[in-house]
Amino acid sequence: MIAKTTEGLAVVCRQISKEFGSGETKTVALRGVDLDVFPGQMTLLVGQSGCGKTTLISIIAGLLNATSGSLSVLGEDIIGMSGTRLVQFRQKNIGFVFQQYNLLPTLTAIENAAVPLIIAGKSRRQAFEAAKAILSSVGLASRMHLLPNQLSGGQQQRVAIARALVHEPRLLVCDEPTAALDAQSGQTVMELLRRVALQPDRAVIVVTHDNRVFSFGDRIVHMDDGVVTNVEVPDRTTQPDSKVVLASHT
Amino acid sequence: MNWLALRMLTGDRSKYLSLILSITFATLLMTQQVSIFMGIVTRSASQIVDVRDAELWIMDNKVRYIDEAPYLPTSDLQRVRSVPGVEWAVRFHKSNMTARLSDGNFRNIVIMGIDDSTMVGAPRRMVSGNLVDLNLPNAVFIDKAGYEYMWPGEPFRLGREFQINDRRVVLAGVCKASAPFTTLPVVYTRFGEIERLLPANRNLMNFILAKPTSGLDPLDVCHAIEERSGLMALTQDGFFWKTINYFLGSTGIPINFGITIALGFIVGAAVAGQTFYLFTLENLKQFGALKAMGVTNIRLIGMILLQASVVSGMGYGLGMGMTAIFFTFTNRIAPMAGIHLTTIAASGVGIAVLAIILLTSLFSLRKVLFLEPAVVFR
Repeated sequence: MIAKTTEGLAVVCRQISKEFGSGETKTVALRGVDLDVFPGQMTLLVGQSGCGKTTLISIIAGLLNATSGSLSVLGEDIIGMSGTRLVQFRQKNIGFVFQQYNLLPTLTAIENAAVPLIIAGKSRRQAFEAAKAILSSVGLASRMHLLPNQLSGGQQQRVAIARALVHEPRLLVCDEPTAALDAQSGQTVMELLRRVALQPDRAVIVVTHDNRVFSFGDRIVHMDDGVVTNVEVPDRTTQPDSKVVLASHT
Repeated sequence: MNWLALRMLTGDRSKYLSLILSITFATLLMTQQVSIFMGIVTRSASQIVDVRDAELWIMDNKVRYIDEAPYLPTSDLQRVRSVPGVEWAVRFHKSNMTARLSDGNFRNIVIMGIDDSTMVGAPRRMVSGNLVDLNLPNAVFIDKAGYEYMWPGEPFRLGREFQINDRRVVLAGVCKASAPFTTLPVVYTRFGEIERLLPANRNLMNFILAKPTSGLDPLDVCHAIEERSGLMALTQDGFFWKTINYFLGSTGIPINFGITIALGFIVGAAVAGQTFYLFTLENLKQFGALKAMGVTNIRLIGMILLQASVVSGMGYGLGMGMTAIFFTFTNRIAPMAGIHLTTIAASGVGIAVLAIILLTSLFSLRKVLFLEPAVVFR
């Protein structure tokens, strides 16, 4: 399902291919993927392990180069971007949520959440103020001075989400954000991400194979063997929405 | 970003401490060994350095170092004095003898015989007694460490008697002298007394100490003396290095100390390197996440170098401090007297620590620089 006009889309992928290695060891991870990601929506990339979804979000996030195809992210052609500009683009526009949280173990929750702003050159005071506000909004006001190993998995993932959002990126890329969590924590995290996605200038892409969270997606992109096989647009009237008060989940 | 680098480093206290301690240990080991090595090697020429008032040393032309100098005929002294450019020249004796104490014990000693009339080569700093007392009959001075070696635990008591070569001598003073290579007591007396102590020897002068005429190049005067007398003439500095080079080339000392110093370097590099490398490896995903979030390679290099600098600075400082404390205490022990932390050792080890940390950082940097940020999604 490809949009007729690409204007206003958060991500536009056209015929994206990715090959690893060469000769006998060559592996084709993506075979001409076409994908549109709409702002104000949560797009789920789903499929079996090895179908290419992680490779695809790595390319969309500017972490990996595509072998061929065109890619526009937030209106910018990132395939032709120079290394430094791409790093700056990522720093400003993209937030990351990882399966294993990837929090810095020696930093407290508030320090972890402040990292993107520190990277962007903000003062520590400014960064900590913003981090404090975002941690409060994800229900971790009382735990912001704890180290990651003093937090539960769900709480760590919420710190990771706070870190991904603190610099107000327009694209949030999440890799299996619920895979390491129990059902309850997974629901909480997805509700939080959904609330983020409902903002009109922001898009959220979530890679998952956790079918318990499919109901949170505005669009569910099915992938298999490096190609998009189907794009589902669920009826939102029956979906969970952002009415949940996240601050109550601690 | 500096804050982030330091928090990453200091957050894991056990690794932080082991990194610092590995550098501290390497610094302590290397500095201590380099200093002891320098101290011991310098001791081989300490009697040359202790003679402050003569610039030239003249000796048999086959002499290799200060402890192996044959006696010269008295006529050589006159020949040297007759060389144009020599302001003055005096005789000097150095040999090893045995002293027998009143309780029957005996000790080997280094004995120095200085010119009776000019006292050239006499000790400069007296601990007890006066220099003029060396003119008394049978008078000898002994260095402080030598006194403590010959009469351990006893207070300085001038006038005590002992024998050298079955001849009675009287202790007239205790002086300070640089410790000799063999840490034997250094005994000073007048040349006239040497003639009394060693009556059987035809010649007793193994060195001539001289001073060039003011304004002349000492090396030119040395050449003139060599041409005219057939003896070897060296500046004090030249003789110092000739003696040291003999010990460096003819003994196992440099090899022995070299091995220990190299081991200090290798152990320090290995432990610090491994710990720092493991620290980087454990944080690889976090470095990947930072890269994904927009940290450039240049900033990552800066972060790692800052971490390395902090660790090496702290480790080096602690190591130097411990070495200084070590020598402060060991300097009170007679065999270690005069061996101290030298600027050369501190600078050299500083360079070695820098090399260790750069080498260590290089491995870590390589890992981080070639890290694909996409690793965070794997």
